[in-house]
Amino acid sequence: MPKVKIPRKSTTVDMTAMCDVAFLLLSFFILATKQKPPEVLTVTPPSSVASQVAPDNAILITLIKDGRTFLMLGDETKKSDILKNINDAKGLGLSPAELAKWNKQQFIGLPLNKIKGSLALAKEIPADKMEGIPTDSTNNEMVDWLRSVTNVYAGGDQKALEKMLLVKGDNNALYPAFKNIKQAFKKNDIYKFRIVTNGQAPPPGSELAKTAAASK
Amino acid sequence: MAEMDTSSGGGHKKGPGVKKGKKLSTRVDLTPMVDLGFLLITFFVFTTTMSQSTAMNMNEPKDDPNQQLKVKNSGAMTILLGKGNQVYYYYGQLEADKLSEQFKSTTFKDIRNLINEKRKATPIDDLMYIIKSDKNSTFKNAIDILDEMTISAVPPGHYAEVDMTPTEELMIQQTETANGVK
Repeated sequence: MPKVKIPRKSTTVDMTAMCDVAFLLLSFFILATKQKPPEVLTVTPPSSVASQVAPDNAILITLIKDGRTFLMLGDETKKSDILKNINDAKGLGLSPAELAKWNKQQFIGLPLNKIKGSLALAKEIPADKMEGIPTDSTNNEMVDWLRSVTNVYAGGDQKALEKMLLVKGDNNALYPAFKNIKQAFKKNDIYKFRIVTNGQAPPPGSELAKTAAASK
Repeated sequence: MAEMDTSSGGGHKKGPGVKKGKKLSTRVDLTPMVDLGFLLITFFVFTTTMSQSTAMNMNEPKDDPNQQLKVKNSGAMTILLGKGNQVYYYYGQLEADKLSEQFKSTTFKDIRNLINEKRKATPIDDLMYIIKSDKNSTFKNAIDILDEMTISAVPPGHYAEVDMTPTEELMIQQTETANGVK
């Protein structure tokens, strides 16, 4: 009886396809990851169970650890109007060229009387070197800023504005600094704003977790 | 390594002396490359923080001296935030002769239970949490306590942030020195 010869087959698998997939996924993840803008001001926000996502182009008041306050006007369409408004209202005396230059700066973190001087400088002051917008109860310039913001948005969708007003504070910032910001909102008859926090699931066993589970 | 010798032994052999031109395979072993690819993917997936910042709603009351909210003593719980993440609380109103009895200190960990206990013991209409932040408390404390309210599903309007009175400030200071809170 003739021996049956079993042909020996190669165990090599063509890895090309797998390799392709791996790198395709890799490039997808790299490209799909949104690059965080380099954070000039380091802020570690507190966590909360809030689930709404914070909008990107917002009017953001940043409160950093040492109590300095900064303002970021994220709504590019209205930014120049707001700057112009505060220039007129507070008599900063900025020329159109200076306003244009100011418009390009990302952070506003100087007292109003120092803005003209800072715009004359050849180089922009880095945000972490700025002294912050004064918010103490005797001289709360945040009130003026928010007034200009409300002026510019007046007649527009107030609900939309409420959603855009964000306060981002550092965990270790002291409460009085935050209180001053709240005062600035109140003085402009703004009673609703939002706090930027790190999202967290409701702790198990709590009332909120129960209602969330019940609604599912 | 990953390959097996597949040449069936003893095939056609050319005559002796005839040199065989060895055929080299153009195949490259891609296994390490795939390994590397997946390693990088895993790395990126794990290091990317998925946490997105969320926005918490803040509703401030209108300061109107004519519209003082009356709170029932039996339904009120005052929560005071102090230095070093300390929380102090008392029920009802502080009475001068019972200060040390009423004024208790706790932590953020335990305040949730206390909030819940009070909530269960009080008819909802009378329930009121009064939150007062000390000048040494942090932004985190102020947000955390509001978050505790949300976590315990305290309906809006049943908690409010109020300024601290000098007596309370003094009590906090005394308790802090007594407990050695820095």
